[in-house]
Amino acid sequence: MEVEILARIQFAFTIAFHYIYPPLSIGLGLIMVIMEGLYIRTGNKEYETLARFWTKIFALTFGIGVATGIVMEFEFGTNWATYSRYVGDVFGSALAAEGIFAFALESGFLGVLLFGWNRVKPWVHMVSTVGVFLGSMFSAIWIVVANSWQQTPTGYHVVGEGMDARAEITDFWAMVFNPSSVDRVIHVWQGAFLAGAFLILSVHAYYLIRGRYVDISKKAFTIALAVATIFSLTQLVSGHSSANVVAEHQPAKLAAMEGHFEASAPADMYVFGWVDKENQKVIGLRVPGGLSFLLHNNFETPVTGLNAFPLDEQPGQVNAVFQFYHIMVAIGMFLIGLTLFASFMWWRKKLFETKWLLWVFVFSVILPQIANQAGWFAAEMGRQPWVVYGLLRTSDALSKTVTANQVLFSLILFMLIYALLLVLFLYLLNKKIKHGPYDEHNTETRPFQEEVSDALIN
Amino acid sequence: MMETIFGLDYPTLWFLVVGGLFSGYAILDGFDFGAGAWHLFFNKEESRRIALNAIGPVWDGNEVWLVIGGGALFAGFPVMYATLFSAMYVPFMLFLVFIIFRAVSIEFRSKEEMKWWRKSWDIAYSISSIMLPFLLGVVLGNVLQGLPLDNDFHYVGGPFFEFLNPYSLMVGVTTLALMMTHGAIYLLLKTEGRLYAKLTILLRNGIIFFIVTFTITTLYTLIYIPHLSDEFKNNPELFIVPVLMFLSIANIPRLAHKRKYGQAFLFSSITISLLLILVAIELYPTLLMSTLDPANSITVYNAASSEKSLGIMLTITAIGGPLVLIYMFFVYRTFRGKVKLDDTSY
Repeated sequence: MEVEILARIQFAFTIAFHYIYPPLSIGLGLIMVIMEGLYIRTGNKEYETLARFWTKIFALTFGIGVATGIVMEFEFGTNWATYSRYVGDVFGSALAAEGIFAFALESGFLGVLLFGWNRVKPWVHMVSTVGVFLGSMFSAIWIVVANSWQQTPTGYHVVGEGMDARAEITDFWAMVFNPSSVDRVIHVWQGAFLAGAFLILSVHAYYLIRGRYVDISKKAFTIALAVATIFSLTQLVSGHSSANVVAEHQPAKLAAMEGHFEASAPADMYVFGWVDKENQKVIGLRVPGGLSFLLHNNFETPVTGLNAFPLDEQPGQVNAVFQFYHIMVAIGMFLIGLTLFASFMWWRKKLFETKWLLWVFVFSVILPQIANQAGWFAAEMGRQPWVVYGLLRTSDALSKTVTANQVLFSLILFMLIYALLLVLFLYLLNKKIKHGPYDEHNTETRPFQEEVSDALIN
Repeated sequence: MMETIFGLDYPTLWFLVVGGLFSGYAILDGFDFGAGAWHLFFNKEESRRIALNAIGPVWDGNEVWLVIGGGALFAGFPVMYATLFSAMYVPFMLFLVFIIFRAVSIEFRSKEEMKWWRKSWDIAYSISSIMLPFLLGVVLGNVLQGLPLDNDFHYVGGPFFEFLNPYSLMVGVTTLALMMTHGAIYLLLKTEGRLYAKLTILLRNGIIFFIVTFTITTLYTLIYIPHLSDEFKNNPELFIVPVLMFLSIANIPRLAHKRKYGQAFLFSSITISLLLILVAIELYPTLLMSTLDPANSITVYNAASSEKSLGIMLTITAIGGPLVLIYMFFVYRTFRGKVKLDDTSY
């Protein structure tokens, strides 16, 4: 195989694997802050137990996130040397800001968050939890800003020509607030909150079904359900506004998302479908003029289609972009329905007795993960054939000196290691869930009846 | 005319920032690599847990310095970043593999009671802690010797094993020895009783290991890579740097003998910094010499980002740098003193 395709597979594989973890860290971080805050406000030990329990799971996700994140940084240099030269000047400031403001905050306080429970006062610990959470949020800002600059570059000028061309920054704030960055940062944050909230919902739904740790699980479930309900709704808003930016600045990507070929015609919206690229049509369930309406509030307004672009400026995998985008949207809609219904049941005080609904939550943990991945695949594949939209082609961005064998060798290595990593992660996650929130340190607060029900189960 | 601060132009300032970050990284991750490299020398389960928990709350934060240092190189000298990483493909990929293995080993070893489980992770942890400083040293050795670069700064050497040459291997082993000395001193600060007694012996061996490898590497450099000492021939006043370095090294066994490990740790840290300052003086203004034609060498000027970009980054560093130092002070203060295992430990 060619170097280009191997390097793209390697990048896609390593970033997709990496992206399982940071959203969990961000989402769990938010809910840990809420739990610990409630503990400090109310003095209720149950909230402390919850915060400690989720901190341990957070530690797992954080550790793997850092290790797999270093891979991403190195890969820019090893496999994408031309890209690194091209964007270095522009990304430099974003990366420096990430390193200094975000990552240092995160990792500095992490030690206190994980190991400081018995060493510092509760409010100092709380400050550390907030520090780690804010650090992870900042981190997301700078990474997404850099990626958004690749989607909608602003605040730069190009110097040099041909293979020596590179972008230089002219306006830092124009680079930071490029047209897509704000919407995308919010969209990514909310996706992360949902990933974390649904992990908590899943685990505590499981405990509730099994009749274990009932009181504490009701509290945790309620907190996570509130977070999930709010952000699955607001995610719809930021998703819509993100789509408007794509329509304005990356029309080829938008056209691929809905499989819209005609150069300028009213565009349909599909609930689901299959793109037949040969014949330039989509088979599926459609809302005629739906896309035109979403973008312009008018079913008749023409939308730029793929045919308006030369063949070598269209995304190569139209159907894949279409499918990833639709998977994300479908999951988003389902999550809104699910959380609203569950909130209604909670309000009617029937939620914790409705076993089937709790089972749905046990398995829904996978859905925000799939939606996050699918969203990124749609965004990145939809930007092709560009790595920096309109400026640098992916095929030109490679390292000139790296050989296919090198990339293949490292790709196989990463696949083996990441497979091991995933198995270990799931194994340890499972073990922690089985072990439950109570430890030696808080046995005295552990309710008696739960020990009985534990004993009955085990 | 370029902008300057204190008479230094921006690329030079950023060179100092990157050097400072690499020093910080080497001192911080260095002691936890070093501690890990000794891991299999501890026989009892409790000793291993104490040694692991001595670095437990800080190793992750230390690794952040790698992310920041790498980011700073990428940001300030994209040409250097691109060329070095694609040329040193194999050692950097191996580095990534070991850094993942190490993180996973620390995270997972104490999560199960089974003997085979802990033993396997102990081995993985120790081997990766040995390989990481070694590979960093190997890359440094290659940078010191220079690489075959064409006039587009592209590496034109072999793809797989070119990086393995006697000098680089020597620098790799010396780096490992220095980190092991540094790590043993750190562990002495964090342990008590029999483990402490054992570490005093290990430290002595570590110091001997370092002095021997360091002497050989120095001789090799002076005899076979004479261009690295040009800067010192031209500017005799710079001779103070190697002199200070030798004094600093000599101070380590003296303080270790007096059991003043706090000060010994200070001097092993200073030694690491001085070694990197020496490297910086030898290289500057070159970052990566081309062995084909000196005109193809990468320098701080032809590799640097624009002045605008460097200016923004310097501002960010000036604001953020002190904040980082405050967090670090806070964390190390919280975990000062000897290790006590509790329910949050590894």
